[in-house]
Amino acid sequence: MKAPLSVRTIVTALVVAGLVLLPVYSAATGNVFVLTLFTRIVILALAAASLNLMMGYGGMMSFGHAAYLGIGGYAVGMLAQEGIGSGFVQFPVALAASATYALVIGALSLRTRGVYFIMITLAFAQMAYYVASGLARYGGDDGLTVYKRSDFAGLINLSNRVQFYYLCLGCLFGVIFLIWRIVNSRFGLVVQGLRSNEQRMQAIGFPAKRYQLVCFVIAGTMCGLAGALLANNTDFVSPAVMYWTRSGDLMVMVILGGMGTLFGPVIGAVVYLLLEELLSQITEYWALIMGPLLLLIVLFGRGGIMGLLGRLNRG
Amino acid sequence: MADPLLHVEKLVRRFGGILATDHVSLDVAQGELHAIIGPNGAGKTTLISQLTGHLAPHSGSVFLGGRDITGLPAYRRSALGLARSFQITSLLPDFTAADNVALAAQAHHGHSFRFWGNARKEKALRDAAQAALDRVGLGGRADLLVSRLSHGEQRELELAVALATRPQLLLLDEPMAGLGVTESARMVKLLQELRREVTIVLVEHDMEAVFALADRISVLVYGRVIASGEPQAIRQNEEVKRAYLGDQHVVVKHG
Repeated sequence: MKAPLSVRTIVTALVVAGLVLLPVYSAATGNVFVLTLFTRIVILALAAASLNLMMGYGGMMSFGHAAYLGIGGYAVGMLAQEGIGSGFVQFPVALAASATYALVIGALSLRTRGVYFIMITLAFAQMAYYVASGLARYGGDDGLTVYKRSDFAGLINLSNRVQFYYLCLGCLFGVIFLIWRIVNSRFGLVVQGLRSNEQRMQAIGFPAKRYQLVCFVIAGTMCGLAGALLANNTDFVSPAVMYWTRSGDLMVMVILGGMGTLFGPVIGAVVYLLLEELLSQITEYWALIMGPLLLLIVLFGRGGIMGLLGRLNRG
Repeated sequence: MADPLLHVEKLVRRFGGILATDHVSLDVAQGELHAIIGPNGAGKTTLISQLTGHLAPHSGSVFLGGRDITGLPAYRRSALGLARSFQITSLLPDFTAADNVALAAQAHHGHSFRFWGNARKEKALRDAAQAALDRVGLGGRADLLVSRLSHGEQRELELAVALATRPQLLLLDEPMAGLGVTESARMVKLLQELRREVTIVLVEHDMEAVFALADRISVLVYGRVIASGEPQAIRQNEEVKRAYLGDQHVVVKHG
């Protein structure tokens, strides 16, 4: 039985279409700011989508996901500083560094469960934050300016706003496609099964930790990509991108949009960052409005915005 | 008796000062249906959990087919042909019945570090799942979420999940728990069929079922095996009568 068109599908399609057509709007109106804003939104949506893979589908509540934004960013920034400007080097290094960090942190963190898991991932991310603050050669506390964006040998020009935006959007859609395949694969079912009932999964023959660790590494690597893009976007990387509140932001985006849904994190990121932008233009006490607003959505819209839209459908 | 399929030797497990498993030794022959009975708190589930690897014993050993599995984690034992059902239903509630069983088949059918193909479209897994569901009479409920199934159906699904791992030895922890009269009768009939294919260790409170099904019975009281033998012998055993009729209350015909 196939439902006609659900509210969820329509809203998702509209958001996707909006994101694809944004540069056209920007060019037509001459509004450059909106393109810059949405480049950042798309990059953070990518980070949120990666967190959703492990938090929403894998049931692993990581409170240290922003660490990968920093690791990906610093990989780009440090290589650029040392005169290696090629994106063909920078991006693979960013991904490899994120994967390695995830492998080590994951192996240690997954020995714990529940609140302890949240706290230990948080602690490791804070450690990464302080390590970055101590890197005197790379700006320390003040951060590191990236004077030249990653060079892709004429294939794509990251300094061109529209090209860069589409690169980010392509990465986002690519990652979501990948997550979609993973979620429905053998591996994805095992990871979701572990979220649902770990003891049962062990009893039918799955070594839980191994699958969770691989999921942890995949999610971390994807977020490292977001980090590399983010450093290019701001031409700057600083320890602040790894601070624990940034990890919190990512979590809020995922929960707001709807955990364990493919496009939830994208919608969460768009809504969260747009609200932040709009409210902060109205008043400097924007957080006072934002807080209760988020609380209402989480309290009354179980399953976030995607959950709300899903219920709309049933009338 | 030839080499037993399951051999338990002087198993000990303490919880604080309590000896929950007190030097339990047990042999289960290939093809046998071996029941473990005992009053509440006798340590039956504790024993099962040590057999499946969910709980580590403090001393003693467990052998499966002559191989020492005492130190192996649950998933390795599953790979060696040990399957269990849980006393308190333990399934994946947000998955369909078919998914629950297909995952069990998947665990024993190649590795699962496959990230691309759609697992729900793997015919071998779906067929195996459907076969196991048909076996327990849930063939028509395959696409329902587990949370939508009745308690009785969930108990049957537990069995289907265990069967889908193609076990040599099936450990059933009170499969009749919470079932009504007709459901219980169906379960007994199902076990009567299954016992021809697989060796079963059955922990059960329902004495009628136990005496109808078991080849041999071991009686567990306060963590100790006080008697082990054929149903007729157990029925006559004075110590068993005392254990059931003395300070412990009668559990005969108790859901």
